[in-house]
Amino acid sequence: MSSNKKVQELKKRRKEVQQGGGEKAIQKQVAMGKMTARERIIKLLDKGSFNEYDMFVEHEARDFGMDRKKLHGDGVITGTGTIGGRPVCIFAQDFTVAGGSLGFMHARKITKIMDHSLKMRMPLIGINDSGGARIQEGVNSLAGYGEIFFRNTLASGVIPQLSVILGPCAGGAVYSPALTDFVFVVDNISKMFITGPEVIKTVLGEDISMEELGGARVHSEITGNAHFFSESEDECFDQIKSLLSYLPWSNTDVPARKEIVDPLEEFNISEIVPADKRQPYDVRNVIRAVTDGSDFFEIQESWAANMVIGFGTMNGRTIGFVANQPLVLAGVLDVDSSDKAGRFIRYCDAFNIPIVTFVDLPGYLPGVDQEHAGVIRHGAKVLYAYSEATVPKITVIIRKAYGGGYIAMNSRHLRADFVFAWPDAEVAVMGPEGAANIIFRKEIAAAEDPDQMRAQKVQEYKEKFANPYVAAAKGYIDSVIEPWETRKSLLHALDVSGEKSVGMPMKKHGIPPF
Amino acid sequence: MSNKEKSSTKSPTSEPRMELLEIGSALYTTRLTTKFRNRVLWQKPNERRIEAVIPGIIQRIMAKEGDEVAAGTPLLILEAMKMRNEVLAPVAGVVRKIHVTEGEMVSKSHLLIEMD
Repeated sequence: MSSNKKVQELKKRRKEVQQGGGEKAIQKQVAMGKMTARERIIKLLDKGSFNEYDMFVEHEARDFGMDRKKLHGDGVITGTGTIGGRPVCIFAQDFTVAGGSLGFMHARKITKIMDHSLKMRMPLIGINDSGGARIQEGVNSLAGYGEIFFRNTLASGVIPQLSVILGPCAGGAVYSPALTDFVFVVDNISKMFITGPEVIKTVLGEDISMEELGGARVHSEITGNAHFFSESEDECFDQIKSLLSYLPWSNTDVPARKEIVDPLEEFNISEIVPADKRQPYDVRNVIRAVTDGSDFFEIQESWAANMVIGFGTMNGRTIGFVANQPLVLAGVLDVDSSDKAGRFIRYCDAFNIPIVTFVDLPGYLPGVDQEHAGVIRHGAKVLYAYSEATVPKITVIIRKAYGGGYIAMNSRHLRADFVFAWPDAEVAVMGPEGAANIIFRKEIAAAEDPDQMRAQKVQEYKEKFANPYVAAAKGYIDSVIEPWETRKSLLHALDVSGEKSVGMPMKKHGIPPF
Repeated sequence: MSNKEKSSTKSPTSEPRMELLEIGSALYTTRLTTKFRNRVLWQKPNERRIEAVIPGIIQRIMAKEGDEVAAGTPLLILEAMKMRNEVLAPVAGVVRKIHVTEGEMVSKSHLLIEMD
């Protein structure tokens, strides 16, 4: 048994480390509107569940006077705990200790907990709040980053990896979050960029603030680097807990089942969608009309909003939803929305989450900017992701499914398991207006009243082709259903897909368009 | 940005304004995104308007207005990313107007020289 003196010594050492960078640094952290690393961990994890590892790790740097500096925990707190009663691995960089700078031992603590999460098959949550590389440790610091990136990649698609940006995350450091599955940012607190405002100003003469360059809003609305935006750290932690409630703990696990409840009556699926195909509606309400309790947990809400992605549950099971959003840019496919959908489909596939796709799109966004931004290779991501996915894949065509957009949005041809269409659905090579202009060009030009002739031809085309029955006649659509039958049909499709098993050709890995 | 403006931009779908977007000869009523509104419309490049291909500093100007130059004649030196880039006349012609001075910092696409 330990002597009392030794126990006192341990307590003293623990207390010392728990003070992080000391009172002054903590005051500075609080003044910036931030919690300390330790507070963050305590808040996020189930009460009393945190077990800290490597508390007494010390750096070995000798140059630039580092040998005289003691950095508590070497600027990062690591450990395990539980969220919702299930185990997770976590690390939180401590900005109060040398600005959370990443030295060799700091990185070693992180990679140790990463190895643990991969070995034990549990999610990894990384809280980033760091000034960047610890310059005094030179190339050892870079080695640390590299070791982290390598493990991020190794664990990708095996365990969920969540990055929480609660402070600066600059330079090479940004690539760990970029390699993980989901990135959380908080307004006025998160800052991510490769080169900061100072360098940009010196080299390029562009004067921009950190917030404008790489703040939470920028990454949620413009770059798409972030998946979840919140106004406060507390809200951010709630988002993390919500997200985890939909996820399996690894790629060989299934998500915990939730309570089965009917959708709320206020989401009446028969009344959401206007009959006029050029009129908008919020497709998220269609999703809410079919999910348990009308629950829909949206991802990347503010970026590429013409495509909606997120999780909900049906019969208690997690479902990944992908839907064109007619409310924004008419729901077109473009560079960003393709990128957004493609990655999410691959996420669902990696973690055994069935995918339900709602289709209502006029096609691809026309424009030189889109073509030159590579809409060909970005658009190809959607085709690739759907074709490659072997989880149950179910499609509901709501109104329009034209041309390449029809094929891309989980069509039968990409091996959808079930394709449903509403009676209003138009599955055609293009919209009636465009088609009539091409097919009947001569008749329209020769007519005494071209506008009247065009309208007549559009109508003729509509009657003949703008319906679901041409595709249904070929078996491209399995079943034409009334809108109110949607939830029932989806539940049935999911029920019979439980044991889905498909073979894919052996390969090391495919070459998806990046 | 004031706080009020910020919260109104939280979700692009919270913006109520509907506009028309033409796709495949049909006009759709929908919301446009900031990114879509801010897109730069393509223009046919005019090789007689010489613009900075990279932001930097005008280190030296060799050309003078009125000079008759052959294609490939060095006109000025644009220093960017620690490299001194010679900007050459893309075609033969006369230097009509020089829009920059030595030591000036220019952004990308800044008009440097117009040629006739």
